[in-house]
Amino acid sequence: MANHPQIEAQVSRLAEELRCLVCQNQTLADSTAPLAEDLRNEIRAMAAKNMSDQQIVDYLVARYGDFVRYRPPFKASTAVLWVGPFALLLLGVIFVSVFVRRRESHMAPVSSNIEQARKVAELLRQDQ
Amino acid sequence: MKRLFILIPLAAFLILVGFLAAGLRHDPHEVPSPLVGKPAPLFNLPRLNDPQLTLSAAEMQGQVWLFNVWASWCAPCREEHPVLLKLAASQIVPIIGMNYKDERDKAIAWLRQGGGDPYLTSVIDQEGRTGIDYGVYGVPETYVIDKAGIIRYKHIGQLTEQVVAERLLPLIMELNAE
Repeated sequence: MANHPQIEAQVSRLAEELRCLVCQNQTLADSTAPLAEDLRNEIRAMAAKNMSDQQIVDYLVARYGDFVRYRPPFKASTAVLWVGPFALLLLGVIFVSVFVRRRESHMAPVSSNIEQARKVAELLRQDQ
Repeated sequence: MKRLFILIPLAAFLILVGFLAAGLRHDPHEVPSPLVGKPAPLFNLPRLNDPQLTLSAAEMQGQVWLFNVWASWCAPCREEHPVLLKLAASQIVPIIGMNYKDERDKAIAWLRQGGGDPYLTSVIDQEGRTGIDYGVYGVPETYVIDKAGIIRYKHIGQLTEQVVAERLLPLIMELNAE
């Protein structure tokens, strides 16, 4: 069972995707907690039984919840998590564009006369 | 209109404060269990006091019971032990223990040192396989299981007098009446 390269590849692929619940900011692959080791062994046993990635993830989600997944699925309870940053970015863009446009409309019209503009530039230079 | 515009950053800030305040009150170690509302996973495990005998979850059907996961190496288990002893003495609910990834001798000694055995029976989960079925990731953990064998509540971490009085007892009363 051990040292079968295909199984080991599946175990390490899944262990990178799954969270260790004891030390929550580590993946199962990184963690040295006893539970993480147990779960890696459990995954290895399932992989040896030819279970797919999806089946193995489902098995763990049924026991530990979506929290074991580093990439939680999109559903009602996680919608804010997935959509929130983009919604905030959009709000920010709208806010800035409205703000900038308003400020522009309050500005004095810029002279389009090239001659005048050159005079202004000359006066400014003399000033220095 | 312009006044309202000025209020936007303040409003955004208050919303953020709201989220952060709610976050402070959450314990990130308490992960909601997907097993609440689902049938308690079946097990058939050797008993701590006599490993020749087993106990299966099915034997508890028809009554409300507590399933408490403990170990002699678990410090908070020592702290919740008096609470369990008191609850057991009240005879309100049978408590089944699961000795999780432990050594039998140490577990028995631990119960003796702790002032008694609050468990109707403790079963042995040496390998932690049943623990995985129950989604155990930290000891102690306590499950309230109803007459039909459905998990109705899970408490992660140490039980306190307050948790027993405010959460467990009202729920057990309610489930007994069902």
